[in-house]
Amino acid sequence: MNGNRKTVLVLLFLVVFLIVFPVVFKKGAEFGGSDDAGSVMVEEIEGSYEPWFTPVVETMLGGELPGELESLLFCIQTGIGVGIIAFFMGRMVERKKWIEKGEDTCGRAALAKGQE
Amino acid sequence: MNQKERRLIYIAALPAALLGIVPKAHAMHIMEGYLPAGDCIAWGVLCIPFLLAGFLTIRRRLQEDGRSITLLAMSGAFIFVISSLKIPSVTGSCSHMTGTGLGAILLGPLSVSILGMIVLIFQAILLAHGGLTSLGANIFSMAVAGPVFAWLVYGLCKKCRMNKRFAIFLAAALGDLLTYCVTSVQLGLAFPSQEGGAALSALKFLGVFAPAQLPLAVVEGILTVLMVIGLETYARPELNALGYGKEEQS
Repeated sequence: MNGNRKTVLVLLFLVVFLIVFPVVFKKGAEFGGSDDAGSVMVEEIEGSYEPWFTPVVETMLGGELPGELESLLFCIQTGIGVGIIAFFMGRMVERKKWIEKGEDTCGRAALAKGQE
Repeated sequence: MNQKERRLIYIAALPAALLGIVPKAHAMHIMEGYLPAGDCIAWGVLCIPFLLAGFLTIRRRLQEDGRSITLLAMSGAFIFVISSLKIPSVTGSCSHMTGTGLGAILLGPLSVSILGMIVLIFQAILLAHGGLTSLGANIFSMAVAGPVFAWLVYGLCKKCRMNKRFAIFLAAALGDLLTYCVTSVQLGLAFPSQEGGAALSALKFLGVFAPAQLPLAVVEGILTVLMVIGLETYARPELNALGYGKEEQS
């Protein structure tokens, strides 16, 4: 468990470093999406390219989704995911505690009958 | 549990039904309208058997043991979280990870194809990210090719008796990278350059995606390992039920 804790901390630090490093190192970079870089490349190869289908949302709104709303939707996506993971993780952590204490999953002493 | 299982199957079936209704719909993070219709359909058709097998696998697994819904939901949620995070990369652009490695290692690549598809549809419809027309190609690269490759790498590493955590890291990272390689090939096939044909053009796209994706693949590998460590600590019964890590239970 202790060895695990160290591994987890080191790995978390590595992740933060990998993400923060480019931001600090490449000051002034735009950090645009690389998916968009793909469309730039398409135009480079093909000359001008007109997408033949517009995203459903953009058709509905008659324009691009405002940036703030897009980030809202991305947040919702993250939130759904984190919520599910946290919910199950929480249950499992508690369950492990109870099992180690020798109780059943409802928190009652599992051996109560035998002890009477 | 029976009702819950059924509900999950319905939820999983709904997007599949939608896919059938919208014949244009097909590809991973290729933008809406950027893939010729023929390509869209071809990639979509290619995905159908994987999705069907994935659906049946999930259904059988849930019938055998309802508890496996926990890890299924968590793997799906992991993809949701990971693929929603746009991470800055050394090239000065942002890209995002796929998150499909975890599910591929725990549940096998077939089940992941369904989970990945749900995420891609969510993003294509609500976020105009990816696209309905490119859904088939995107499913193939992110939800089929990437996970299958991750699963193969993991299997190979296990055979070589490599350190398990390193094997998981490698599988998730390489699966992530392969997803972008496949995307490059798909775009290359759709837009062959005049001098070098599809291959040169695929290389050009790879030149755009790969440098940005490399550090992110490492991040994805690490996050997947972290997730597995957490599950190994707290979800032993569920992992055992899936037959994960049977050889060396501590």
